[in-house]
Amino acid sequence: MKEKEKLNHHSGDTLYKVFIYVVLILLAVSIIVPVLWVFMASIKQNSEFYGNPWALPLGFYWQNFVNAWTTAKMGDYMLNSVLVTALALAILLVVALPAAYCLSRFKFWGGKFLNTAFMAGLFINVNYIVVPIFLMLRDGDTFLKNTFGTSFLLNNLVVLAIVYAATALPFTIYLLSGYFATLAHDYEEAAYIDGAGYGRTMIKIIFPMAQPSIITIILFNFLSFWNEYIISMTLMSSATGAKTLPVGLLNLMQAQQSAAQYGTMYAGLVLVMLPTLILYICVQKKLIQGMTVGGLKG
Amino acid sequence: MEKNKGRSRFIVLCVAPAVILFVIFMIYPTLNVFRMSLYERGAYSPTETFVGFNNFKSLISDANFIRSMQNTILLIVVVTIITFALALVFAGILTREKIRGKEFLRVVFYIPNILSVVVISGIFSAIYQPENGMLNSILSMIKGETVTILWKGESLVMVSLIIAMVWQAIGYYMVMYMASMAAVPQSLYESAGLDGAGRITQFFQITIPLIWTNIRTTLTFFIISTINMAFLFVKAMTSGGPNGASEVALSYMYGQKDAGLYGYSMAIGVVIFLFSFLLSALVNKVTKRTPLEF
Repeated sequence: MKEKEKLNHHSGDTLYKVFIYVVLILLAVSIIVPVLWVFMASIKQNSEFYGNPWALPLGFYWQNFVNAWTTAKMGDYMLNSVLVTALALAILLVVALPAAYCLSRFKFWGGKFLNTAFMAGLFINVNYIVVPIFLMLRDGDTFLKNTFGTSFLLNNLVVLAIVYAATALPFTIYLLSGYFATLAHDYEEAAYIDGAGYGRTMIKIIFPMAQPSIITIILFNFLSFWNEYIISMTLMSSATGAKTLPVGLLNLMQAQQSAAQYGTMYAGLVLVMLPTLILYICVQKKLIQGMTVGGLKG
Repeated sequence: MEKNKGRSRFIVLCVAPAVILFVIFMIYPTLNVFRMSLYERGAYSPTETFVGFNNFKSLISDANFIRSMQNTILLIVVVTIITFALALVFAGILTREKIRGKEFLRVVFYIPNILSVVVISGIFSAIYQPENGMLNSILSMIKGETVTILWKGESLVMVSLIIAMVWQAIGYYMVMYMASMAAVPQSLYESAGLDGAGRITQFFQITIPLIWTNIRTTLTFFIISTINMAFLFVKAMTSGGPNGASEVALSYMYGQKDAGLYGYSMAIGVVIFLFSFLLSALVNKVTKRTPLEF
C-alpha cells in the first residue's frame, strides 16, 4: 500500500516536471522562433513570400541587404545612429559622473534639494515632454532664423544627442550616486593628505573604482539610445533630413505595406537588431547582473 | 578659507552642467505641459491665448479621448495581470526546481527586452499577417483548413497588442524576481516541506510574502511603464488604427500635436500624468503589508 502511494506520488512528480518543461520550452520557442524567422526571411526573394512562411530560403539572396543599405538608406541611418549614440553616451558620462560624485559625497548648500529634484526626475517620462521639447526647439529655430537668418536646433543630430543625454540624467545619476555613497571617505582623505586636489582625486582615484557601475550605465544607455524612436522621430521630422535607424526602419515598414518589398524590410530589421543582439550575447551576464543590482528602469 | 573657496568652485563646476541640462530639457518642458494645457496656440505661430480650463472641458465630451483612455486602462489591467502572474510563476519554477538549461532559458527570456519596439513591431507584423503570417499558418495546420484571421482588425487589435506587450515585458520581470527569490533562505522551504506543505502552498506562503516589497515596487513602476510602452507599441504597430480602435492616451496626445492642437494635446498629457500618479498611489496603498524579515 505504502509502496503504491509512493509510486503514485512519484508519477505525479514526473508529470509535473514534464509539464513545466513543456511550458518553459514553449515560451523559449515563442521568443527564439520569430527572431530566427526574421533572419531567415531577410535572405528570401520576394516571390518566396507568397508560399508557405515556414519554407526554408531557396538561397542567400543578399540583394535584400544591398537594397536596404543603399536604396532604403539604412547605411546612412546606421552611421547616424552610431554617431548619435556615441555622442550622447560621451556627453552623459562627462556630465553625470562629476555631478553624481558631488551630489553623493559632498555636503553643500542646496545639495539635498538637487538630490530630491533628480529623484523626482525619475518619474518624468520623456513621452510626456516630447511635445514641449519639440516646440521649444522650434521656437528657438524661428528666433534664430529671424535674428541670424539660419537655424540649427531641429533636424540636428548633435541636438538629438544632447536631448538623449539630458533625459537619461536622472536614472544615471541615481545609479552612480548609489554606488559612490557606498565608498569609504578614507580614499579622499588619503589623497588630500598626499596633496591631490579635488578634481585629481575624483578622476584618478574615484572614477577608476566606479568602473563596474560605469560599464552598466554604458550598456543600459546604449540600448535605450540605440532603440529610441519617439524623440528621434519628433525632432528629426524633416522628410529629407537625417534619420536614426529605428525611424528609418519604421518608414521602411510603412512603405513596404504598399510596395510589398518584404525582403528589404526584413533585411532592415536584421540591421537594426543585429548590433544589440551581438552586444547582448557578449555581455549578457553583466547586463542581467547590473539590472538586478541597479533596480528598476521605468 | 582658500580651501573652502576651491571646494565650492569644484562643486559648482561638477554639478552645474547636469543641472543646466536637466532644467532645460526636463524641468522646463514639464512645467510647460501644465502651463500650455491652459492655452490655445496657433499651429505655426507662437502666439498663445489663455483659455482657462476650456481644453479640459472639451476633453470630457471627446469620444475619441474616452476610447483612448478605456484602451489604456484595459492594457494596464490585462497586461499587468498576465505579465505578473506568468513572470512570478516562471521565476518561482526556475529558482526552486532543478531545471536543465536554466541559464540558457534566462538568457532567451530576456532577449525581447533588448530589442527596439520598432523591431518587435516588425516581428509581430510577420506573426500577425493575415496571409502567410506565422500565427495563421500554424492555426491552419492545426485546423486543417486555411485560416485568415485579421489579427490587426478592429475586433482583435487590442488582443494582438496585449500579446506583443506581454511577450516584451515578461523576461525582464522574471529576471528581476529570480534575483530576489534567490535570496530567500533554502531552510524555510525545507522545514515547510517537512511540515507537509506542497509546492503551491510553499509558493504562496513563503515565496510571495517574502519578496512582497519587491513585487510592490515593480507593480507601481509597471503601471507607469505600461502607459508609456502602450504608446510605443501603438505608434509602431498600429498607428492607433484601424479606425482608432487601438488608440491609447499618449498616442492620442501625440496625434493632437501632429494636428497642431498643442494646448489640447497638453491637456491630455496633464490628465494622463495625474491619472498615472493617482493610480500608482492607489496601488501603493492597496498593496501595503508589513514587510517580513528573513
